[in-house]
Amino acid sequence: MAQMTMVQAITDALKTEMQNDENVLVFGEDVGNNGGVFRATEGLQKEFGEDRVFDTPLAESGIGGLAIGLALQGFRPVPEIQFFGFVYEVMDSISGQMARMRFRSGGSLNAPITLRSPFGGGVHTPEMHADSLELLMTSQPGLKVVVPSTPYDAKGLLISAIRDNDPVIFLEHLKLYRSGRQEVPEEAYTIPLGKADIKREGKDLTIIAYGAMVQESLKAAEELEKEGYSAEVIDLRTIQPLDIETIVASVEKTGRAMVVQEAQKQAGIAANVVAEIMDRAILSLEAPVLRVAAPDSIFPFSQAEQVWLPNSKDIIETAKKVLTF
Amino acid sequence: MAAKKSQQFDPVETLHAIEEKFEMVQVLNEEGEIVNEQADPKLSDEELQELMSRMVYTRILDQRSISLNRQGRLGFYAPTAGQEASQLASHFALKKEDFILPGYRDVPQLIWHGWPLHQAFLFSRGHFMGNQMPEGLNILPPQIIIGAQYIQAAGVALGMQKRKKEAVAVTYTGDGGSSQGDFYEGINFAGSFRAPAIFFVQNNQYAISTPRELQTSAKTIAQKAVAAGIPGVLVDGMDPLAVYSVTRDARERAIRGEGPTLIETLCYRYGPHTMAGDDPTRYRTSDTDSEWEKKDPLIRFRKYLEAKGIWNEEKENEVIEKAKEEIKAAVKKADSAPKQTVTNLLEIMYEEVPFNVQEQLDIYKAKESK
Repeated sequence: MAQMTMVQAITDALKTEMQNDENVLVFGEDVGNNGGVFRATEGLQKEFGEDRVFDTPLAESGIGGLAIGLALQGFRPVPEIQFFGFVYEVMDSISGQMARMRFRSGGSLNAPITLRSPFGGGVHTPEMHADSLELLMTSQPGLKVVVPSTPYDAKGLLISAIRDNDPVIFLEHLKLYRSGRQEVPEEAYTIPLGKADIKREGKDLTIIAYGAMVQESLKAAEELEKEGYSAEVIDLRTIQPLDIETIVASVEKTGRAMVVQEAQKQAGIAANVVAEIMDRAILSLEAPVLRVAAPDSIFPFSQAEQVWLPNSKDIIETAKKVLTF
Repeated sequence: MAAKKSQQFDPVETLHAIEEKFEMVQVLNEEGEIVNEQADPKLSDEELQELMSRMVYTRILDQRSISLNRQGRLGFYAPTAGQEASQLASHFALKKEDFILPGYRDVPQLIWHGWPLHQAFLFSRGHFMGNQMPEGLNILPPQIIIGAQYIQAAGVALGMQKRKKEAVAVTYTGDGGSSQGDFYEGINFAGSFRAPAIFFVQNNQYAISTPRELQTSAKTIAQKAVAAGIPGVLVDGMDPLAVYSVTRDARERAIRGEGPTLIETLCYRYGPHTMAGDDPTRYRTSDTDSEWEKKDPLIRFRKYLEAKGIWNEEKENEVIEKAKEEIKAAVKKADSAPKQTVTNLLEIMYEEVPFNVQEQLDIYKAKESK
């Protein structure tokens, strides 16, 4: 096993699946010779050739359409949108077209596309590079939306996404790309989509998070431990569909829950989780289910980023409200 | 690129010079006479009769569809009369292995490519079984988002190139569609990859009510190909032989690895935009209508074939009767489709039904089995 950062694990997953299936194609802006602006496709063109790993003209909508057309010829396209803030340019291809392919063809066609894109704040990018726009994807039936929080998960989830016969939006948090290393097996392995992971077990409180907020939640749980509270941290990993079973089982055990998202509060991934808990586990609750989220402004200019983004202190503060209710 | 040093570059003169190059290709004039021997595709008598039959059949299909819609027996329908040469003569130059990415007015090409007529009716009625594509049929259901099919066509064409197929991706939009970003991205991507695609713009003069001259200051839509570095052709879209000829040439270039072509067919839709309440008298005069009716593709093709002695009223009536019977049978078949349920729809969301959808499926299965 090798120690890998998340971006290395992603490259490794792409390489593994390109070796495994000659129908897998990787393309996008600067992904070929340049290996992607974050080097997520580093070395792939050299290994697999320009026929399978290629640069496209600079147009996100075109990249989305290209993926759909290639899928119709039996390929398994893995396009990259260079930054997820650019997703508005390709919204019709994603939500209007690939998400509907199976449905509008009465189940006779499909779009096995994995659209990868970096997102998320904390690394001082210019405007439109760091927004958390995942709600745009989770609100569209027909898509699956995956957000890994560790190198190990990233590889296993990406392989599952590429093998999936429906379109998957695979969101890679910018801050997590190189924030830590982890043992990652060299061979192919899969982590099922739609399955959350309990990243830390606990008995007093369930903290549900995804993406970069998983690390913040784990930090908060450690601090809470010092004060005598045992917090369980669930990493959603797939935010559409949600792993309701794991969430409910945990809430039934702890009786208290909170949900953490990096996106603005009005971008309601967390709200959706809260509603599911209300629907299914209200009688197990000892306290209201609270949320930690970013304020409802546009994603901030970089100098205000650190204050704007939710962090472990915000999580601890809210956790105490839930714990002492 | 060599710099021009002797005199100043004149961008206006250059534009005009390019625009003047885009002359309309015509083979058969309004009187049914060959006016361009060189471009005459020299189809056999059988081929000419077959193309005429398809145009007559499709005109009847259009008339019947409009009347079925008025009786409430069809749903969404975009009339096609006036566009038979653009639609059917272009399709006549294609092969089964070619992949069609249509707009919503392009139902005739899909039918002649093999989409069963009763399925086209089910599509119109809003039944999911309409779009269930038979194995091996190379078409997509009609696209609703104007221009979206253009970028997908670039992808299908690139896929064909990678698969080393002797086939092309063919897509259609209208004059309005040529203003969309996806139009430019589609022709530019396909050009950049030299992918085997043919991009049609059926310029029927109006995008719903907005006239062609408001879409662009470009003199022709065909010249937009220049910006993408691909060949562009302006063709008389009421002339089946010209449309066939330029399509066949574009297909041959694509198969030879020479990349995509943009073809603008100048045509006219006699009817409304769709049957959902559009009233063309709000934006067109009857003078314009009758001017275009004189150019009618069926009239000129009929004259041409009659002069050759290979078409007559009897033959035409045979086609009309056949069309009427087949349409009747297809309506009957569409009528017999099972009632559509929410259960049906939830089942075709994903390959494997996820947790949230499964819960709803259980609810609807119980509801709908009552």
